[in-house]
Amino acid sequence: MSHSAHLIERDSLAYAIEKHVEVHTQKCYQCGKCSAGCPVATEMDLPPSLVMRLLQTERKENDEKVLRSESIWLCLTCEMCLSRCPMEIDIPSMMDYLRQKSRSEKKVNPKMKNIVSFHKAFLHSIQYTGRLFELGLILDYKRQSLNLTQDMMLAPKMIGNGKLHFIPEMMKDMPHITRIFKKTIGKGGSK
Amino acid sequence: MKIGIYPGCSLTGSARDYNESVFALAKAFDIELVQVPDWNCCGATAAHNLNKELSLSLPARILATAEKNGLDEVLVPCAACYSRLAVTQHELKMNPELKNRIGEIIGMDYRGTTKLINVIEWIDAYIIPNLEGRITKPFDYKVACYYGCLMVRPNKVLNYDRAEDPQTMDIAMEKIGAHPLYFPFKTECCGAGLSVSRTEIVAKLSGKIIEDAEHRGADTLIVACPMCHSNLDMRRPSINKYWESDFKLPVMYVTQAIGLAVGLTAKDVGLQRHFVKVNIS
Repeated sequence: MSHSAHLIERDSLAYAIEKHVEVHTQKCYQCGKCSAGCPVATEMDLPPSLVMRLLQTERKENDEKVLRSESIWLCLTCEMCLSRCPMEIDIPSMMDYLRQKSRSEKKVNPKMKNIVSFHKAFLHSIQYTGRLFELGLILDYKRQSLNLTQDMMLAPKMIGNGKLHFIPEMMKDMPHITRIFKKTIGKGGSK
Repeated sequence: MKIGIYPGCSLTGSARDYNESVFALAKAFDIELVQVPDWNCCGATAAHNLNKELSLSLPARILATAEKNGLDEVLVPCAACYSRLAVTQHELKMNPELKNRIGEIIGMDYRGTTKLINVIEWIDAYIIPNLEGRITKPFDYKVACYYGCLMVRPNKVLNYDRAEDPQTMDIAMEKIGAHPLYFPFKTECCGAGLSVSRTEIVAKLSGKIIEDAEHRGADTLIVACPMCHSNLDMRRPSINKYWESDFKLPVMYVTQAIGLAVGLTAKDVGLQRHFVKVNIS
C-alpha cells in the first residue's frame, strides 16, 4: 500500500478511519463504481462514493452527516464496492468502523433503529445460548422494535416444514462465551 | 474418509434442509463429517456491525477448537459463516498484535492452521472425482447458479473463483448433467441480513434475481448459502407482493441437486421443507 497517502494527525473522521482500520479515504478519486455497483445505493441517503467525498473534506459538519446517515446501517457488507474499487479501498471495513463509532457517540439515525435492534437481539441470543436461537431472536426483536405482527404469516409454515425450533440448542461451555462477551462488547453485553 | 464440519446455526434451524442434504451426500460417498465440538455461533452480520473484537473472537474460538481437536480441514457449508471464519483467519494472519489480543480474549491457543473449505470446494475435492458410475438420474434441467456475495468476496481474502461471473458451481452442475445458464445476477446481493429488519429491501433485491433467472428459462436456482436460500425461498410471499408477481421458480441447494442425481430421494435431501414447491425429484 502507498504510504504517502497518510493524513496528518487531526481531529477528523478520515484520520480516525485511517488510524483504526487503515482505510485511506483520500485515495478515492470519485469514479463512482462503488455507488454504481452497490445494491442498496438507491435506498441510501448518501451513496458510498458521496460518503467518501464527505470524509475527504475533513469538515466537522460532514463527519456528522456520515455518522448520522442511514447509509452506514443499510450497507449489507456484500463487498461489491471493494471488489470493484480501482484503488482497492476497503469501504466495508470502514462501514463497520463507522457503525461502531456512530453507536458509541449515540448518533445512530433514528430511522435505523430497527436494524440496530435486530443486531442487538441477534447478539443477545448468542450471549445466552452460544448459538443463534431463531425463535428467540424474532421474539426479542419484536419486543425491541414493537413490530409485533410482522412475519406471523411465516410461522405456521415454518413449523410445518420443521424449520422452527421451540427450545434453544445450548452450548456446553457457556462460561467461555460469557467471558468472550465480557472482554469484548463489555459488561453491558450487547445493549 | 473423515473431515471436520462447522454447520453453524442456520443449518440446525431454518436451513435444516441444507444440513440434511450435506450429510446425506457425505454418507453416500463414505465421508464422515465430524462436527467441531461444542461450536459457537460465528457472530454473523450482527457482531461485525456492532463490535470488531467480538466479531473476530467468536470465529477464533471455533478455529482454535478445531485445531485443538485435530480437525485440519473443516467444511463450512454456510457461505456467511465461511466468510466470517476466513476473514478472521486472514486478519489474524496479517496482524500478529491483533492475533495476540484475540488469543488473550478467547484464552485459547490459536495458530490459524485450519484449512477451511466452502461447499463447492468440498464437492470438487471429494464428490466430483468419485462421480463415475454414480449418476443414476442426470439432473437434466436448466439451472441458474447463484453464488451470492460471500462465496467470492472479498476476493483478495478468499482467493476463490472469479469475483465477477464465477464458474465453479456451473462446472459442478455440468458434471451431473445440468445445463447452467448465462446469469448476470450470479453475485448480486439478495439483501442478506436485512431480511427481518428491512424486509422490503430483501423483497426488492431477491425479486430481481428471481425475475432474471425465470426470464432466462431456468428450471431452478442453485444456491450454496442458507441466508440466500431463506431470502429467495422463505421470503417468496414478500417478494411476490413487492413485485406484484407470482414467481414460482424453486431454489435448490447445490447439494440437493447432486444428491438427486446420485439417487438420493427428495426427502433424503430435505426438499419437502422448502416454501416454494420443487417440482424436481
